[in-house]
Order: sequence, then structure tokens, then C-alpha cells
Amino acid sequence: MTNPPHFKGFQPIGLPEEKNPVVLHYEEYEAVRLSDFELYTQLEAAKEMGISRPTYTRIYESARRKIAMAFVKGKAIVFEGGKVYFDSEWYSCNACGCWFNHPAKEEDVKSCGLCNSPEIEQYQGNGQQNGAEDLCVCPQCGLEKAHTPGIPCKAEECPNCKCAMHRKGTPHHNGFRINKC
Amino acid sequence: MKVAITSAGNSPESQLDSRFGRCSYFVIFDTESKSTEFIPNPNKENLDGAGPASAHLVASRGVKKVISGEFGSKVKSLFDSLQIQLIVLNDSDKNIGEIIELLNHK
Repeated sequence: MTNPPHFKGFQPIGLPEEKNPVVLHYEEYEAVRLSDFELYTQLEAAKEMGISRPTYTRIYESARRKIAMAFVKGKAIVFEGGKVYFDSEWYSCNACGCWFNHPAKEEDVKSCGLCNSPEIEQYQGNGQQNGAEDLCVCPQCGLEKAHTPGIPCKAEECPNCKCAMHRKGTPHHNGFRINKC
Repeated sequence: MKVAITSAGNSPESQLDSRFGRCSYFVIFDTESKSTEFIPNPNKENLDGAGPASAHLVASRGVKKVISGEFGSKVKSLFDSLQIQLIVLNDSDKNIGEIIELLNHK
């Protein structure tokens, strides 16, 4: 997951503060974002999140019910936890040539973490907006095989070198870091 | 703010060590007091777990940024959860003194 919400939740207007807010998990937020904001199909969205399509549907359904509950009952919504793995966003600096990430997601990134130059760019992984190609690739020998939705590439093993594989076209594979084994 | 830099030697003329977990030395640089401290890496010869062990070492010094040539996947997620910024300098021929100079430009 690369796009966590940069705020903590919602509150209804004109009601006293609610003691039992609806807790929307990050994966549910992500499901709503992918389906209803990015307008992905459920299959595409499931691939993006690295889960199976039925699991995606379950998460998305749960998200919609929670949001409806908050709407109808006037409850606050709080974003929280869930089973997610954050890929922090990476940036490159055109002045000193370094790469850096940004763990404090609530703040905007304005300058390079090393030389403080404002000439920075967000890393897009091969210039593709929506990231990964559907191939797992071995970091050692470069062998490629079709990605199976729902099975993380890391869980796949290269038949030649027994290496954990990576998704092709992601920062894991392209660019600055190649895991050798 | 403290910054950790991986170094191949124990002087400011040393090159940046491109590995994080098994680098030779860590340089802890304090941007306020401008002090530098060289710590030999005790995890250099570790067969496994050098990355996380080194991450705990630098995190215990209270650094907010880590500069190295590359980071493993375990180290990345560990530093992410500790809210420590990672800076990757790829194929860099900069030495420790030059990197510290870059940090001082702020």
C-alpha cells in the first residue's frame, strides 16, 4: 500500500463527539480508494493490493457497510491499522543524485533529505503510474514468470537460484535496490 | 538532529560504505553540535541478521536519518516503522566529509 490517508478520519457536523467511532481499516480505505476513486475493476484492485479477488470483495463490502453505518448513525470514522504493509514513497533528488524515502507521511515532502535542494521528484517505478507489471522476476538471474494474483512475488521462488522473486517494475526490482541472495 | 552514515573506514576521508548491515563503521553526525562519532560495526561478520541488528544499533543512538548505498527489505520496513528516513546514494564516490558538508548546507 503506497497511499495511506494523510488525515486520521471524519466527524459528523453538529453532533456531540461520538464515543464509539467506526474504525475503518487501512485496507478498507485502500479498497474504496481503488474502486471508487481510481475506478479500478475489482480484479485490478485486488492485483494492486496483492490479494485475491474474493478477499478484495470482502474487504470492499466491509468498507462500504462501515461507511454506510457512519453516514446513517452519524458516527465518526477513524482510520486505523489492519493488515497492511506500507511501501513508503521514494523520491529522487536532481541536485545531489540521491534517493530518499519519507516515513513521516503526514507532512509534505518539499526538499531533499540530504542536500535540502527543492529539486526533487517522486519515484514512479519506470514511469508507470500504476506500478507493477504482471511478472515476477528473479533478482539473481533475471528469470521472469507470470505473476499469480494473490500470491506475493516474494513468496515465489526462482526455480534456478531458489531466490525470493520480486514484482517486475516496482521499486523493489527497479532502480536502487536489488536483493541478492 | 543526528544522522547515521555508513563508512568504509574511520576517518572523514573514507568512502561511503555501500552496504548497510555489514558496513565497516557507522558515522553518527550531529547537525546541531557538528560532532562526528565513528562506531565500528559489531555486526560486520554476522552470517545473518546483520541488517536488523545494525538498524537497532543506529536507532538506539537516536538518529533520524540513515545514509547508505543500499538497504535490505527487512531494514527498510524496520526503519519505516521507526519513522527514520532512509537516504540512498547509489554508485557514489563521495567521501564521508563531503556527505557531511551536504548535510551542513541546511
